[in-house]
Amino acid sequence: MGLLFFYSFRNLLARKLTTSLTAAGMSLVVFVFASIVMLAEGLEKTLVDTGTYDNVVVIRRSAVSEVQSGIDREQASIVETSPQIAIGEEGQNLIAKELVVLITLEKKKSNSPANVTIRGISENSLALRPQVKLIEGRMPRSGTSEIAAGLGIAKGFKNIVIGQTLFFALRHWTVVGIFDAGSTGYNSEIWGDVEQFMPAFRRLVYSSILFKLRKSSEFEIFKINIETDPRLTLEAKRETQYYREQSEMMAKFLRVLGETLTIVFSVGAVVGAMITMYSAVANRTGEIGTLRALGFNRATILLAFLLESLLLGLIGGIVGLFLGSLMQFITVSTTNFQTFSELSFNFRITFEIIYKSLLFSVGMGFVGGILPAFRASRMSVVEALKEN
Amino acid sequence: MGPSGSGKSTLLNLIAGLDKPDSGSIIVQGIDISLLLETELAKWRADNIGFIFQFYNLIPVLTAFENVELPLILTRLSKNERKKHVLTALSLVGLDDRMDHYPGQLSGGQQQRVAIARAVVTDPVILVADEPTGDLDRLSARDVLNLMENLSKSIGKTIVMVTHDPRAAKKAGSIMYLDKGVLADVPQTSFQECV
Repeated sequence: MGLLFFYSFRNLLARKLTTSLTAAGMSLVVFVFASIVMLAEGLEKTLVDTGTYDNVVVIRRSAVSEVQSGIDREQASIVETSPQIAIGEEGQNLIAKELVVLITLEKKKSNSPANVTIRGISENSLALRPQVKLIEGRMPRSGTSEIAAGLGIAKGFKNIVIGQTLFFALRHWTVVGIFDAGSTGYNSEIWGDVEQFMPAFRRLVYSSILFKLRKSSEFEIFKINIETDPRLTLEAKRETQYYREQSEMMAKFLRVLGETLTIVFSVGAVVGAMITMYSAVANRTGEIGTLRALGFNRATILLAFLLESLLLGLIGGIVGLFLGSLMQFITVSTTNFQTFSELSFNFRITFEIIYKSLLFSVGMGFVGGILPAFRASRMSVVEALKEN
Repeated sequence: MGPSGSGKSTLLNLIAGLDKPDSGSIIVQGIDISLLLETELAKWRADNIGFIFQFYNLIPVLTAFENVELPLILTRLSKNERKKHVLTALSLVGLDDRMDHYPGQLSGGQQQRVAIARAVVTDPVILVADEPTGDLDRLSARDVLNLMENLSKSIGKTIVMVTHDPRAAKKAGSIMYLDKGVLADVPQTSFQECV
Protein backbone atom coordinates (compact mmCIF):
# COMPACT_ATOMS: atom_id res chain seq x y z
CA MET A 1 0.00 0.00 0.00
CA GLY A 2 3.02 2.25 0.43
CA LEU A 3 3.48 2.46 -3.31
CA LEU A 4 -0.16 3.36 -3.71
CA PHE A 5 0.34 6.24 -1.29
CA PHE A 6 3.36 7.39 -3.31
CA TYR A 7 1.32 7.10 -6.46
CA SER A 8 -1.35 9.42 -5.06
CA PHE A 9 1.17 11.80 -3.55
CA ARG A 10 3.34 12.03 -6.66
CA ASN A 11 0.32 12.65 -8.82
CA LEU A 12 -0.39 15.69 -6.66
CA LEU A 13 3.22 16.82 -7.04
CA ALA A 14 3.09 16.26 -10.79
CA ARG A 15 0.27 18.82 -11.11
CA LYS A 16 1.86 21.50 -8.96
CA LEU A 17 -0.21 24.48 -10.06
CA THR A 18 -3.61 22.76 -9.87
CA THR A 19 -2.69 21.18 -6.56
CA SER A 20 -1.47 24.48 -5.12
CA LEU A 21 -4.55 26.42 -6.21
CA THR A 22 -6.98 23.83 -4.91
CA ALA A 23 -5.09 23.47 -1.64
CA ALA A 24 -4.95 27.26 -1.34
CA GLY A 25 -8.74 27.41 -1.59
CA MET A 26 -9.06 24.83 1.14
CA SER A 27 -6.42 26.49 3.29
CA LEU A 28 -8.35 29.76 3.13
CA VAL A 29 -11.43 28.05 4.52
CA VAL A 30 -9.43 26.37 7.28
CA PHE A 31 -7.74 29.69 8.04
CA VAL A 32 -11.09 31.46 8.47
CA PHE A 33 -12.47 28.60 10.53
CA ALA A 34 -9.42 28.31 12.78
CA SER A 35 -8.98 32.07 13.24
CA ILE A 36 -12.52 32.74 14.34
CA VAL A 37 -12.60 29.78 16.69
CA MET A 38 -9.20 30.90 18.03
CA LEU A 39 -10.70 34.35 18.62
CA ALA A 40 -13.65 32.91 20.55
CA GLU A 41 -11.26 30.67 22.47
CA GLY A 42 -9.00 33.64 23.29
CA LEU A 43 -11.95 35.67 24.52
CA GLU A 44 -13.17 32.84 26.75
CA LYS A 45 -9.69 32.17 28.08
CA THR A 46 -9.16 35.85 28.91
CA LEU A 47 -12.41 36.16 30.79
CA VAL A 48 -12.19 32.80 32.53
CA ASP A 49 -8.61 33.51 33.60
CA THR A 50 -9.80 36.79 35.03
CA GLY A 51 -11.57 34.95 37.80
CA THR A 52 -10.14 33.08 40.78
CA TYR A 53 -11.95 29.92 41.88
CA ASP A 54 -11.96 30.73 45.59
CA ASN A 55 -13.26 34.24 45.06
CA VAL A 56 -16.97 35.00 45.18
CA VAL A 57 -18.69 37.81 43.30
CA VAL A 58 -21.90 39.15 44.79
CA ILE A 59 -24.16 41.21 42.51
CA ARG A 60 -27.80 42.28 42.44
CA ARG A 61 -30.05 39.34 41.67
CA SER A 62 -30.68 38.92 37.91
CA ALA A 63 -28.05 41.50 36.96
CA VAL A 64 -26.01 40.05 34.11
CA SER A 65 -22.85 41.98 34.86
CA GLU A 66 -21.37 44.32 37.47
CA VAL A 67 -22.30 47.33 35.33
CA GLN A 68 -25.99 46.57 35.71
CA SER A 69 -25.75 45.64 39.37
CA GLY A 70 -26.33 47.78 42.45
CA ILE A 71 -25.81 46.92 46.12
CA ASP A 72 -26.71 49.51 48.74
CA ARG A 73 -24.50 50.07 51.76
CA GLU A 74 -26.89 48.34 54.13
CA GLN A 75 -26.97 45.12 52.12
CA ALA A 76 -23.20 45.34 51.69
CA SER A 77 -22.75 45.49 55.46
CA ILE A 78 -24.87 42.36 55.89
CA VAL A 79 -22.71 40.49 53.37
CA GLU A 80 -19.60 41.75 55.12
CA THR A 81 -20.54 39.96 58.29
CA SER A 82 -20.76 36.52 56.69
CA PRO A 83 -18.59 33.96 58.49
CA GLN A 84 -17.45 32.37 55.21
CA ILE A 85 -15.19 35.31 54.35
CA ALA A 86 -11.46 34.63 54.69
CA ILE A 87 -9.36 36.67 57.11
CA GLY A 88 -6.27 38.45 55.81
CA GLU A 89 -2.80 38.58 57.36
CA GLU A 90 -3.62 41.75 59.22
CA GLY A 91 -6.83 40.36 60.62
CA GLN A 92 -9.08 42.17 58.18
CA ASN A 93 -11.87 40.53 56.21
CA LEU A 94 -10.64 39.81 52.66
CA ILE A 95 -13.54 41.59 51.02
CA ALA A 96 -13.79 44.46 48.55
CA LYS A 97 -16.86 46.55 47.84
CA GLU A 98 -16.45 47.88 44.36
CA LEU A 99 -18.03 50.19 41.84
CA VAL A 100 -17.97 49.53 38.11
CA VAL A 101 -18.90 52.24 35.65
CA LEU A 102 -18.11 52.90 32.02
CA ILE A 103 -16.57 56.01 30.56
CA THR A 104 -15.40 56.77 27.06
CA LEU A 105 -11.78 57.41 26.21
CA GLU A 106 -10.11 58.05 22.87
CA LYS A 107 -8.19 55.18 21.30
CA LYS A 108 -4.63 55.78 20.18
CA LYS A 109 -4.86 54.21 16.75
CA SER A 110 -8.30 55.16 15.51
CA ASN A 111 -8.87 58.34 17.56
CA SER A 112 -12.39 57.02 18.07
CA PRO A 113 -13.95 56.82 21.53
CA ALA A 114 -14.44 53.44 23.17
CA ASN A 115 -15.99 52.33 26.44
CA VAL A 116 -13.55 51.67 29.24
CA THR A 117 -14.34 49.99 32.54
CA ILE A 118 -13.65 52.11 35.61
CA ARG A 119 -13.39 50.08 38.80
CA GLY A 120 -13.62 51.70 42.19
CA ILE A 121 -11.50 49.54 44.46
CA SER A 122 -11.18 49.03 48.20
CA GLU A 123 -8.08 48.30 50.24
CA ASN A 124 -8.30 44.56 49.64
CA SER A 125 -9.02 44.66 45.91
CA LEU A 126 -5.42 44.06 44.92
CA ALA A 127 -4.88 41.30 47.48
CA LEU A 128 -7.93 39.49 46.12
CA ARG A 129 -6.44 39.49 42.63
CA PRO A 130 -2.97 37.95 42.76
CA GLN A 131 -2.80 37.92 38.95
CA VAL A 132 -2.62 41.74 38.96
CA LYS A 133 0.95 43.03 39.26
CA LEU A 134 1.98 46.66 39.48
CA ILE A 135 4.66 47.28 36.84
CA GLU A 136 5.09 51.04 36.99
CA GLY A 137 4.42 53.71 39.65
CA ARG A 138 2.16 52.78 42.59
CA MET A 139 -1.44 51.94 43.35
CA PRO A 140 -3.86 54.85 43.98
CA ARG A 141 -4.08 55.92 47.63
CA SER A 142 -7.49 56.01 49.25
CA GLY A 143 -9.03 59.41 49.63
CA THR A 144 -7.24 60.87 46.58
CA SER A 145 -8.06 61.48 42.93
CA GLU A 146 -5.51 58.97 41.75
CA ILE A 147 -5.94 56.18 39.27
CA ALA A 148 -3.97 53.20 37.95
CA ALA A 149 -4.53 51.69 34.52
CA GLY A 150 -4.20 48.19 33.13
CA LEU A 151 -1.51 47.56 30.53
CA GLY A 152 -4.11 47.00 27.78
CA ILE A 153 -5.54 50.48 28.46
CA ALA A 154 -2.08 52.06 28.66
CA LYS A 155 -1.19 50.59 25.28
CA GLY A 156 -4.48 51.25 23.50
CA PHE A 157 -5.67 54.64 24.74
CA LYS A 158 -4.35 58.18 24.70
CA ASN A 159 -2.80 59.99 27.66
CA ILE A 160 -2.42 56.94 29.89
CA VAL A 161 1.05 57.84 31.13
CA ILE A 162 2.14 58.29 34.74
CA GLY A 163 1.75 61.90 35.79
CA GLN A 164 -0.88 62.67 33.14
CA THR A 165 -4.39 63.62 34.21
CA LEU A 166 -7.64 62.39 32.75
CA PHE A 167 -10.87 64.32 33.01
CA PHE A 168 -14.04 62.39 33.69
CA ALA A 169 -16.95 62.54 36.14
CA LEU A 170 -16.35 66.30 36.34
CA ARG A 171 -12.97 65.86 38.01
CA HIS A 172 -9.34 65.52 37.09
CA TRP A 173 -7.69 62.20 37.90
CA THR A 174 -3.95 61.64 37.95
CA VAL A 175 -2.45 58.45 36.59
CA VAL A 176 -0.07 57.12 39.25
CA GLY A 177 0.41 53.50 38.26
CA ILE A 178 0.28 50.94 35.45
CA PHE A 179 -0.52 47.34 36.28
CA ASP A 180 -0.21 44.16 34.29
CA ALA A 181 -2.91 41.57 34.76
CA GLY A 182 -1.51 39.08 32.24
CA SER A 183 -4.11 37.83 29.81
CA THR A 184 -7.04 38.70 32.09
CA GLY A 185 -9.84 41.21 31.66
CA TYR A 186 -8.43 43.51 34.40
CA ASN A 187 -5.82 44.59 31.86
CA SER A 188 -8.59 46.55 30.19
CA GLU A 189 -9.66 48.48 33.33
CA ILE A 190 -8.83 51.70 35.18
CA TRP A 191 -8.78 51.50 38.97
CA GLY A 192 -9.25 54.19 41.61
CA ASP A 193 -10.59 54.63 45.17
CA VAL A 194 -14.22 53.52 45.31
CA GLU A 195 -15.11 56.16 47.90
CA GLN A 196 -13.88 58.86 45.50
CA PHE A 197 -15.59 57.40 42.47
CA MET A 198 -19.00 57.02 44.15
CA PRO A 199 -19.61 60.73 44.81
CA ALA A 200 -17.88 61.71 41.56
CA PHE A 201 -20.18 59.50 39.52
CA ARG A 202 -23.10 60.35 41.84
CA ARG A 203 -23.67 56.73 42.71
CA LEU A 204 -25.20 55.78 46.00
CA VAL A 205 -24.65 52.07 45.66
CA TYR A 206 -21.77 49.70 45.07
CA SER A 207 -21.80 47.54 41.94
CA SER A 208 -20.41 44.35 43.39
CA ILE A 209 -18.76 42.74 46.34
CA LEU A 210 -15.78 40.46 45.89
CA PHE A 211 -14.40 38.31 48.67
CA LYS A 212 -12.22 35.28 49.21
CA LEU A 213 -13.76 32.18 50.77
CA ARG A 214 -12.41 30.97 54.07
CA LYS A 215 -12.84 27.45 52.78
CA SER A 216 -13.51 26.75 49.13
CA SER A 217 -16.17 24.20 50.06
CA GLU A 218 -18.23 26.80 51.92
CA PHE A 219 -19.40 28.48 48.74
CA GLU A 220 -22.69 26.57 48.64
CA ILE A 221 -23.54 27.49 52.24
CA PHE A 222 -22.82 31.14 51.57
CA LYS A 223 -24.86 31.09 48.39
CA ILE A 224 -27.87 29.55 50.12
CA ASN A 225 -27.59 31.96 53.06
CA ILE A 226 -27.39 35.02 50.93
CA GLU A 227 -30.02 34.06 48.43
CA THR A 228 -32.57 33.07 51.06
CA ASP A 229 -31.99 36.05 53.34
CA PRO A 230 -35.18 38.17 53.01
CA ARG A 231 -33.23 41.38 53.60
CA LEU A 232 -31.06 40.82 50.54
CA THR A 233 -31.78 40.94 46.82
CA LEU A 234 -28.42 39.55 45.85
CA GLU A 235 -26.90 36.51 44.24
CA ALA A 236 -23.46 34.96 44.56
CA LYS A 237 -21.28 33.33 41.95
CA ARG A 238 -17.79 31.96 42.00
CA GLU A 239 -15.61 34.52 40.23
CA THR A 240 -14.60 31.98 37.55
CA GLN A 241 -18.24 31.20 36.81
CA TYR A 242 -19.11 34.92 36.72
CA TYR A 243 -16.47 35.66 34.08
CA ARG A 244 -17.28 32.55 32.08
CA GLU A 245 -20.83 33.86 31.75
CA GLN A 246 -19.44 37.24 30.66
CA SER A 247 -17.77 35.61 27.67
CA GLU A 248 -20.70 33.40 26.67
CA MET A 249 -22.62 35.75 24.44
CA MET A 250 -19.69 37.08 22.46
CA ALA A 251 -17.92 33.74 22.19
CA LYS A 252 -21.14 32.22 20.91
CA PHE A 253 -21.55 35.04 18.42
CA LEU A 254 -17.99 34.52 17.17
CA ARG A 255 -18.49 30.77 16.90
CA VAL A 256 -21.75 31.12 14.96
CA LEU A 257 -20.10 33.71 12.70
CA GLY A 258 -17.14 31.39 12.17
CA GLU A 259 -19.29 28.39 11.41
CA THR A 260 -21.52 30.30 8.99
CA LEU A 261 -18.58 31.74 7.06
CA THR A 262 -16.89 28.36 7.04
CA ILE A 263 -19.93 26.57 5.67
CA VAL A 264 -20.33 29.10 2.84
CA PHE A 265 -16.62 29.07 1.97
CA SER A 266 -16.29 25.32 2.25
CA VAL A 267 -18.93 24.77 -0.44
CA GLY A 268 -16.66 26.68 -2.82
CA ALA A 269 -13.58 24.77 -1.72
CA VAL A 270 -15.31 21.40 -2.04
CA VAL A 271 -16.49 22.24 -5.56
CA GLY A 272 -12.91 23.28 -6.38
CA ALA A 273 -11.56 20.00 -5.07
CA MET A 274 -14.21 18.12 -7.01
CA ILE A 275 -13.29 19.84 -10.28
CA THR A 276 -9.61 19.13 -9.65
CA MET A 277 -10.29 15.48 -8.94
CA TYR A 278 -12.66 15.04 -11.89
CA SER A 279 -10.02 16.47 -14.20
CA ALA A 280 -7.42 14.19 -12.57
CA VAL A 281 -9.64 11.21 -13.31
CA ALA A 282 -10.25 12.38 -16.88
CA ASN A 283 -6.53 12.93 -17.50
CA ARG A 284 -5.57 9.59 -16.07
CA THR A 285 -8.21 7.36 -17.62
CA GLY A 286 -5.50 5.37 -19.40
CA GLU A 287 -3.62 4.89 -16.14
CA ILE A 288 -6.77 3.68 -14.45
CA GLY A 289 -7.22 1.17 -17.28
CA THR A 290 -3.62 0.00 -16.88
CA LEU A 291 -3.93 -0.44 -13.13
CA ARG A 292 -7.15 -2.38 -13.55
CA ALA A 293 -5.59 -4.56 -16.26
CA LEU A 294 -2.66 -5.33 -13.94
CA GLY A 295 -5.15 -6.74 -11.47
CA PHE A 296 -5.96 -3.83 -9.15
CA ASN A 297 -9.62 -4.04 -8.22
CA ARG A 298 -12.20 -1.29 -8.19
CA ALA A 299 -11.85 -0.69 -4.45
CA THR A 300 -8.11 -0.02 -4.77
CA ILE A 301 -8.66 2.49 -7.57
CA LEU A 302 -11.34 4.19 -5.46
CA LEU A 303 -8.95 4.29 -2.53
CA ALA A 304 -6.07 5.69 -4.61
CA PHE A 305 -8.10 8.60 -5.92
CA LEU A 306 -9.78 9.22 -2.59
CA LEU A 307 -6.38 9.20 -0.92
CA GLU A 308 -5.21 11.80 -3.39
CA SER A 309 -8.15 14.03 -2.54
CA LEU A 310 -7.70 13.49 1.21
CA LEU A 311 -4.03 14.43 0.87
CA LEU A 312 -5.08 17.54 -1.01
CA GLY A 313 -7.39 18.42 1.88
CA LEU A 314 -4.70 17.70 4.44
CA ILE A 315 -2.19 19.95 2.66
CA GLY A 316 -4.80 22.71 2.60
CA GLY A 317 -5.54 22.10 6.27
CA ILE A 318 -1.91 22.26 7.35
CA VAL A 319 -1.25 25.46 5.39
CA GLY A 320 -4.45 27.08 6.67
CA LEU A 321 -3.69 26.08 10.24
CA PHE A 322 -0.15 27.38 9.95
CA LEU A 323 -1.41 30.75 8.73
CA GLY A 324 -4.06 30.72 11.46
CA SER A 325 -1.47 29.98 14.13
CA LEU A 326 0.38 33.17 13.15
CA MET A 327 -2.70 35.06 14.37
CA GLN A 328 -1.66 34.19 17.92
CA PHE A 329 0.78 37.08 17.76
CA ILE A 330 -2.03 39.54 17.25
CA THR A 331 -3.89 41.17 20.13
CA VAL A 332 -7.44 42.21 19.44
CA SER A 333 -9.18 44.95 21.33
CA THR A 334 -12.91 45.13 20.95
CA THR A 335 -16.12 45.78 22.79
CA ASN A 336 -17.55 42.88 24.72
CA PHE A 337 -21.29 42.96 23.94
CA GLN A 338 -22.19 41.73 27.36
CA THR A 339 -20.37 44.37 29.41
CA PHE A 340 -20.31 47.07 26.71
CA SER A 341 -16.69 47.70 27.59
CA GLU A 342 -13.42 47.42 25.76
CA LEU A 343 -11.58 44.15 26.24
CA SER A 344 -8.28 43.16 24.72
CA PHE A 345 -7.42 39.53 24.08
CA ASN A 346 -5.35 37.24 21.88
CA PHE A 347 -6.18 34.60 19.32
CA ARG A 348 -5.60 31.33 21.07
CA ILE A 349 -4.89 27.98 19.43
CA THR A 350 -5.74 24.77 21.25
CA PHE A 351 -5.25 21.10 20.49
CA GLU A 352 -8.98 20.84 19.88
CA ILE A 353 -8.84 23.60 17.25
CA ILE A 354 -5.91 21.86 15.55
CA TYR A 355 -7.55 18.47 15.24
CA LYS A 356 -10.95 19.90 14.36
CA SER A 357 -9.42 22.04 11.58
CA LEU A 358 -7.47 19.11 10.17
CA LEU A 359 -10.48 16.83 10.40
CA PHE A 360 -12.55 19.47 8.68
CA SER A 361 -10.05 19.93 5.83
CA VAL A 362 -9.70 16.19 5.31
CA GLY A 363 -13.51 16.07 5.34
CA MET A 364 -13.60 18.65 2.53
CA GLY A 365 -11.11 16.48 0.62
CA PHE A 366 -13.34 13.47 1.15
CA VAL A 367 -16.53 15.19 -0.01
CA GLY A 368 -14.73 16.67 -3.02
CA GLY A 369 -13.02 13.41 -3.93
CA ILE A 370 -15.57 10.70 -3.37
CA LEU A 371 -17.61 11.20 -6.54
CA PRO A 372 -14.61 11.49 -8.90
CA ALA A 373 -12.98 8.49 -7.19
CA PHE A 374 -16.19 6.53 -7.57
CA ARG A 375 -16.29 7.42 -11.24
CA ALA A 376 -12.67 6.28 -11.67
CA SER A 377 -13.42 2.96 -10.04
CA ARG A 378 -16.51 2.32 -12.18
CA MET A 379 -14.72 2.68 -15.52
CA SER A 380 -14.67 -0.23 -17.89
CA VAL A 381 -11.11 -1.55 -18.26
CA VAL A 382 -11.26 -1.82 -22.04
CA GLU A 383 -12.76 1.64 -22.52
CA ALA A 384 -10.22 3.15 -20.12
CA LEU A 385 -7.30 1.50 -21.92
CA LYS A 386 -8.44 2.99 -25.22
CA GLU A 387 -7.84 6.47 -23.77
CA ASN A 388 -4.10 5.93 -23.62
CA MET B 1 -2.84 -10.99 -37.56
CA GLY B 2 -5.62 -9.37 -39.43
CA PRO B 3 -6.84 -6.12 -40.89
CA SER B 4 -7.95 -3.23 -38.69
CA GLY B 5 -11.37 -3.80 -37.19
CA SER B 6 -11.16 -7.55 -37.60
CA GLY B 7 -11.43 -8.07 -33.82
CA LYS B 8 -7.81 -8.85 -32.92
CA SER B 9 -7.70 -6.60 -29.88
CA THR B 10 -11.15 -7.70 -28.76
CA LEU B 11 -10.04 -11.34 -28.93
CA LEU B 12 -6.90 -10.48 -26.97
CA ASN B 13 -8.95 -8.61 -24.35
CA LEU B 14 -11.20 -11.64 -23.98
CA ILE B 15 -8.27 -14.03 -23.58
CA ALA B 16 -6.66 -11.70 -21.04
CA GLY B 17 -9.85 -11.36 -19.01
CA LEU B 18 -10.23 -7.65 -19.63
CA ASP B 19 -13.52 -7.99 -21.41
CA LYS B 20 -16.43 -10.39 -21.11
CA PRO B 21 -18.08 -12.16 -24.03
CA ASP B 22 -21.76 -11.51 -24.79
CA SER B 23 -22.20 -15.25 -25.22
CA GLY B 24 -20.11 -18.39 -25.11
CA SER B 25 -17.24 -19.13 -22.77
CA ILE B 26 -13.50 -18.53 -22.57
CA ILE B 27 -11.50 -21.33 -21.07
CA VAL B 28 -7.93 -20.56 -20.07
CA GLN B 29 -6.02 -23.34 -18.37
CA GLY B 30 -9.24 -25.16 -17.61
CA ILE B 31 -10.95 -22.16 -16.00
CA ASP B 32 -13.97 -20.59 -17.64
CA ILE B 33 -13.02 -16.98 -17.05
CA SER B 34 -16.27 -15.68 -18.49
CA LEU B 35 -17.97 -16.94 -15.33
CA LEU B 36 -15.67 -15.14 -12.90
CA LEU B 37 -16.88 -12.13 -10.93
CA GLU B 38 -15.24 -8.74 -11.40
CA THR B 39 -12.93 -9.09 -8.36
CA GLU B 40 -12.13 -12.73 -9.11
CA LEU B 41 -11.25 -11.75 -12.64
CA ALA B 42 -8.94 -8.98 -11.42
CA LYS B 43 -7.15 -11.47 -9.21
CA TRP B 44 -7.00 -14.00 -12.03
CA ARG B 45 -5.41 -11.40 -14.31
CA ALA B 46 -2.87 -10.49 -11.64
CA ASP B 47 -1.91 -14.15 -11.21
CA ASN B 48 -1.92 -15.32 -14.83
CA ILE B 49 -1.52 -12.53 -17.32
CA GLY B 50 1.33 -10.18 -18.17
CA PHE B 51 0.40 -7.24 -20.38
CA ILE B 52 2.48 -5.51 -23.02
CA PHE B 53 0.68 -2.57 -24.63
CA GLN B 54 1.33 -0.62 -27.80
CA PHE B 55 1.85 2.65 -25.90
CA TYR B 56 3.68 0.97 -22.96
CA ASN B 57 1.10 2.24 -20.42
CA LEU B 58 3.67 3.04 -17.77
CA ILE B 59 2.61 5.22 -14.86
CA PRO B 60 4.37 8.54 -15.50
CA VAL B 61 4.75 9.53 -11.84
CA LEU B 62 6.46 6.28 -10.84
CA THR B 63 10.07 5.33 -11.61
CA ALA B 64 10.99 2.36 -13.79
CA PHE B 65 11.61 0.36 -10.60
CA GLU B 66 8.24 1.31 -9.11
CA ASN B 67 6.41 0.63 -12.37
CA VAL B 68 7.82 -2.89 -12.40
CA GLU B 69 7.05 -3.29 -8.71
CA LEU B 70 3.40 -2.31 -9.22
CA PRO B 71 1.95 -5.76 -10.04
CA LEU B 72 3.93 -7.28 -7.14
CA ILE B 73 1.98 -5.17 -4.65
CA LEU B 74 -0.91 -7.50 -5.28
CA THR B 75 1.18 -10.50 -4.20
CA ARG B 76 2.17 -11.50 -0.69
CA LEU B 77 5.86 -10.88 -1.26
CA SER B 78 7.84 -8.92 1.32
CA LYS B 79 9.48 -5.65 0.36
CA ASN B 80 12.87 -7.32 0.03
CA GLU B 81 11.52 -10.15 -2.10
CA ARG B 82 9.74 -7.63 -4.29
CA LYS B 83 12.98 -5.73 -4.75
CA LYS B 84 14.77 -8.93 -5.79
CA HIS B 85 12.10 -9.78 -8.34
CA VAL B 86 12.09 -6.25 -9.77
CA LEU B 87 15.88 -6.22 -10.16
CA THR B 88 15.82 -9.62 -11.87
CA ALA B 89 13.12 -8.47 -14.28
CA LEU B 90 14.91 -5.21 -15.03
CA SER B 91 18.23 -6.95 -15.67
CA LEU B 92 16.41 -9.40 -17.93
CA VAL B 93 15.42 -6.48 -20.16
CA GLY B 94 18.83 -4.83 -19.70
CA LEU B 95 17.60 -1.75 -17.86
CA ASP B 96 18.86 -2.29 -14.31
CA ASP B 97 20.95 0.87 -14.68
CA ARG B 98 17.84 2.94 -15.45
CA MET B 99 15.64 1.83 -12.59
CA ASP B 100 15.43 5.29 -11.01
CA HIS B 101 14.40 6.98 -14.22
CA TYR B 102 10.86 8.11 -14.80
CA PRO B 103 9.14 6.99 -18.02
CA GLY B 104 9.49 10.52 -19.42
CA GLN B 105 13.26 10.18 -19.13
CA LEU B 106 13.39 6.98 -21.19
CA SER B 107 13.20 6.40 -24.96
CA GLY B 108 10.23 4.59 -26.48
CA GLY B 109 12.21 1.35 -26.79
CA GLN B 110 13.39 1.58 -23.18
CA GLN B 111 9.86 2.29 -21.97
CA GLN B 112 8.59 -0.78 -23.79
CA ARG B 113 11.35 -2.85 -22.17
CA VAL B 114 10.27 -1.56 -18.74
CA ALA B 115 6.74 -2.57 -19.69
CA ILE B 116 8.01 -6.03 -20.60
CA ALA B 117 9.82 -6.27 -17.27
CA ARG B 118 6.53 -5.31 -15.56
CA ALA B 119 4.73 -8.00 -17.57
CA VAL B 120 7.13 -10.80 -16.61
CA VAL B 121 7.90 -9.81 -13.01
CA THR B 122 5.01 -11.82 -11.57
CA ASP B 123 5.95 -14.84 -13.68
CA PRO B 124 2.55 -15.04 -15.39
CA VAL B 125 1.32 -17.97 -17.42
CA ILE B 126 0.64 -15.95 -20.55
CA LEU B 127 2.02 -12.71 -21.87
CA VAL B 128 -0.43 -10.80 -24.02
CA ALA B 129 0.99 -8.16 -26.29
CA ASP B 130 -1.13 -5.76 -28.30
CA GLU B 131 0.94 -4.26 -31.11
CA PRO B 132 4.08 -4.08 -28.94
CA THR B 133 6.17 -2.56 -31.74
CA GLY B 134 3.41 -0.31 -33.07
CA ASP B 135 4.84 2.87 -31.57
CA LEU B 136 8.55 2.10 -32.04
CA ASP B 137 11.14 2.94 -34.64
CA ARG B 138 12.69 0.11 -36.65
CA LEU B 139 15.73 -0.45 -34.42
CA SER B 140 13.84 -0.32 -31.14
CA ALA B 141 11.17 -2.58 -32.59
CA ARG B 142 13.85 -5.10 -33.51
CA ASP B 143 15.32 -4.99 -29.99
CA VAL B 144 11.93 -5.45 -28.37
CA LEU B 145 11.06 -8.37 -30.66
CA ASN B 146 14.39 -10.04 -29.96
CA LEU B 147 13.81 -9.59 -26.26
CA MET B 148 10.37 -11.14 -26.48
CA GLU B 149 11.71 -14.02 -28.54
CA ASN B 150 14.40 -14.64 -25.92
CA LEU B 151 11.84 -14.59 -23.12
CA SER B 152 9.70 -17.06 -24.96
CA LYS B 153 12.60 -19.38 -25.67
CA SER B 154 14.73 -19.00 -22.53
CA ILE B 155 12.04 -19.00 -19.86
CA GLY B 156 9.32 -20.68 -21.88
CA LYS B 157 6.71 -17.94 -21.72
CA THR B 158 3.67 -18.22 -23.94
CA ILE B 159 3.19 -14.96 -25.75
CA VAL B 160 -0.05 -14.11 -27.49
CA MET B 161 0.63 -11.15 -29.72
CA VAL B 162 -1.55 -9.07 -31.94
CA THR B 163 0.40 -7.30 -34.64
CA HIS B 164 0.38 -5.72 -38.04
CA ASP B 165 4.13 -6.01 -38.24
CA PRO B 166 5.31 -8.88 -40.51
CA ARG B 167 8.72 -8.92 -38.82
CA ALA B 168 6.99 -9.52 -35.53
CA ALA B 169 4.91 -12.22 -37.08
CA LYS B 170 8.01 -13.96 -38.37
CA LYS B 171 9.17 -14.58 -34.81
CA ALA B 172 5.93 -16.35 -33.92
CA GLY B 173 5.66 -20.09 -33.39
CA SER B 174 2.24 -20.09 -35.02
CA ILE B 175 0.20 -17.42 -36.73
CA MET B 176 -3.57 -17.16 -36.75
CA TYR B 177 -5.47 -14.81 -39.00
CA LEU B 178 -8.60 -13.01 -38.07
CA ASP B 179 -11.00 -11.39 -40.48
CA LYS B 180 -14.39 -9.94 -39.59
CA GLY B 181 -14.33 -11.89 -36.38
CA VAL B 182 -13.55 -15.24 -38.00
CA LEU B 183 -10.36 -17.07 -37.12
CA ALA B 184 -8.45 -18.95 -39.82
CA ASP B 185 -5.10 -20.73 -40.21
CA VAL B 186 -4.49 -19.02 -43.52
CA PRO B 187 -4.96 -15.36 -44.30
CA GLN B 188 -7.66 -14.00 -46.56
CA THR B 189 -6.31 -13.04 -49.96
CA SER B 190 -6.65 -9.32 -49.47
CA PHE B 191 -4.74 -9.39 -46.21
CA GLN B 192 -2.04 -11.70 -47.60
CA GLU B 193 -1.35 -9.13 -50.27
CA CYS B 194 -1.08 -6.48 -47.64
CA VAL B 195 1.44 -8.58 -45.64
